[in-house]
Amino acid sequence: MSSKTSALRLQVESSLAARVASPFQFRDRRIVETVPTGVPLIDLRVGGFPRGSLTEIYGPTCSGRTSLLLSALASRTAASEVCALVDAHDAFDPHSAKAAGVKLEQLLWVRCRNVDQALRVTDLLVQDGGFGLIALDLGNALPHMVRCVPMQVWFRFRRAVEHTPTIFLVLEQETTIQTCASLILKLHTQKTRWSVTAAESTREISRPHSPGCLLRGWKIRAEMIRSQAKRGDRSDAGFEAEITRNIKHNPADEQGGRRQR
Amino acid sequence: MPFASIFVPNFLLQAVVRAEPALRERGLALIDGSPPLWKVVAIDEMAAQMGIEIGMTKTDAQQFPGVEIRSRFPAQEKIAHAALLDVGWSISPRIEDTAQDTIVLDLSGLTSLFGTEKDIGAHLIKRLTACGFCGNVAIARNIATALIAARGFAGITVISPGQESHCLSGLAVSVLSPSDETAEILNRWGVTTCADLARLPILDLSERLGQEGVRLHAQARGAITRELVIAEPTYSFEETMELDDAVEELEPLSFLLGRLLDQLCERLTARSLGAAAICVRFQLQPSFENAVNIQEAFQTEKQPAQYEKQMQLPVPMRDSKMLLKLLRLRLQRNPPNAPIQKITLTADAARPRITQRNLFLPSFPDPEKLELTIARIVNVVGEGNVGSPSLTDTHRPGDFQMLRFLISREAPKIDRGCSRARHRTDERADGTIPASFRVFRPAIPAKLDLHTGFPARVTFHGLRGKVSAASGPWRTSGDWWREDPWQQDEWDLEIHFQDAGEPFNGFSNPGIYRFYYDSLRRGWFVRGVYD
Repeated sequence: MSSKTSALRLQVESSLAARVASPFQFRDRRIVETVPTGVPLIDLRVGGFPRGSLTEIYGPTCSGRTSLLLSALASRTAASEVCALVDAHDAFDPHSAKAAGVKLEQLLWVRCRNVDQALRVTDLLVQDGGFGLIALDLGNALPHMVRCVPMQVWFRFRRAVEHTPTIFLVLEQETTIQTCASLILKLHTQKTRWSVTAAESTREISRPHSPGCLLRGWKIRAEMIRSQAKRGDRSDAGFEAEITRNIKHNPADEQGGRRQR
Repeated sequence: MPFASIFVPNFLLQAVVRAEPALRERGLALIDGSPPLWKVVAIDEMAAQMGIEIGMTKTDAQQFPGVEIRSRFPAQEKIAHAALLDVGWSISPRIEDTAQDTIVLDLSGLTSLFGTEKDIGAHLIKRLTACGFCGNVAIARNIATALIAARGFAGITVISPGQESHCLSGLAVSVLSPSDETAEILNRWGVTTCADLARLPILDLSERLGQEGVRLHAQARGAITRELVIAEPTYSFEETMELDDAVEELEPLSFLLGRLLDQLCERLTARSLGAAAICVRFQLQPSFENAVNIQEAFQTEKQPAQYEKQMQLPVPMRDSKMLLKLLRLRLQRNPPNAPIQKITLTADAARPRITQRNLFLPSFPDPEKLELTIARIVNVVGEGNVGSPSLTDTHRPGDFQMLRFLISREAPKIDRGCSRARHRTDERADGTIPASFRVFRPAIPAKLDLHTGFPARVTFHGLRGKVSAASGPWRTSGDWWREDPWQQDEWDLEIHFQDAGEPFNGFSNPGIYRFYYDSLRRGWFVRGVYD
């Protein structure tokens, strides 16, 4: 029997040789193309954001979700891609975005009032197509409200961006997309760093309440819950990253100047 | 040098039928005059067969069933004439505006573009039909012959050089447009055709009929030559429609707007132009609700109310369906507050965009589709909530403005020097992420308990927390010369909340927040949170 099977296999392979090489060899159905997130450490661990699929970034406030989102926007706008941000609760800060390197003229910002509006607008944008990155910011939405969103909505979004070069990012407090997402990152805060000004001392202190001390940044821990690009690779499941504030030489000149007029 | 003449017979009726194509299937009579002495000034073949005659009063014409009666609308005739000129300019840059229903084109050099003269004629007929006209085209070596042939022969007529007299011989003398007196004289003589007129001796004719007789004789033989009086091209694209019954609902209004947009876009396409902006004007039905004195309201002539909306387009467009969708979305958002009696659409013409995609640039959304998407998004989130953010030139915290989102199609500049972008990349090369901020709009009022001048406890949005770290105060103020100055003391606070539980609208435990004390409003507020 096995010789008959081998003969049959040989016959099929020889007749298809001109059109299909190795027809019985398993091929990965989809090659995932990834792009840099804007943070080399995360690119190294995660492999970048995948095009044509959903990426979910979730975690509580101060876990670095927005910072990672703005890094991604800066990276895509620097590559001359047009990006869109659907802001479910109008929380986007253009000043932070500009400081992070986002080219604001290439960003379409939609300021919504609730999750329902955000989903309707996102649907219009994914159907339109052509965007390098579409980000849906549900970071301020209550988890139980986001859980009420039916799964077919996420499947619909995934189907709309499939086979397109669009990166679809979703920011939340808890994970809800699950299997619809090709990449799921979980973030949470670890330790905050404060310091005094250079005029007083350069050592870091752990108990600020001193006049003139500044927020230096904070550490976060990131876990790759799911990744289609790095399927089966669990060695980099968790890693630490640092979020730093860009403090200029004179703290009084932060964000364009805080001079008393 | 060949010339083509386009003649639109029964132009007054055709101007009306162009706006309402369904009237072609029915008998149509056009009335003019001041009420109540309306008289019929134009009829089509179907109305003539039913028995309607020119000069009949409106009341008599209304006795015939199945005949549509429309009033003359000079503005519509003017627009129809502009459309006729656009047909001419779509083929030749040199045209003469001979009469309201007639134009003449110089066809020199066009055979290489459009083929033989017959092909050019077919092209002209096609363009005429697309613009809503049924007309005649005649091509000859001199202008006068082309004009006469267009009036006399239906369809396409091509007169070879030297055959002018022969071709015009069978036409009636009336196509030469003689004066009434001369026409009567010629009729008495039994001269009915151009051939009869051409056979008359020229000297005797000049003695009896003067210069007019000489002119008519030359015309009948096709021997008159004259120069083309070139018309300056105009770029005014307007379509208008006056309604007998005022329209109130969006659906029938959309149908009428669609028809007008089709005609407008057809004219733009004929001239290889696009619409950079569309202006829609409605003349609304006057309302007497606010009249204090009813008698006075009926006596005085009220000015009709107007509704006007201007729609700027990101790129010149001439897709009538896309423009209709954009107009519908705009009207859904801001509908007129009264029934509509008259619709006028005006387009600002511009050269259509010519884009050459760069091989190494990423793709971007189609500007026309994106404009429609943005219009739909505006209907969901409201005006002013969609666009590109732009920082304003001020130190006021968090100040920005929303600009219209336009896709820049320029290739990115290659910066060969040391740039901020490279510096920023170097910063992130060590794995750090630039810190970002999430804003609360509007700022949330808070209560702070101070201890030795530093915040110790905070309360806002029903949550209580203890301050574990603080940075501040950083005073910022400005715009003291304006009506809305600001003076704030800012703090960055790390807060541990006492109530553990589900985060409320983004508040988590612990968190780093920015608070500020507003010296003018004398209160504490939470501006946002670091994330």
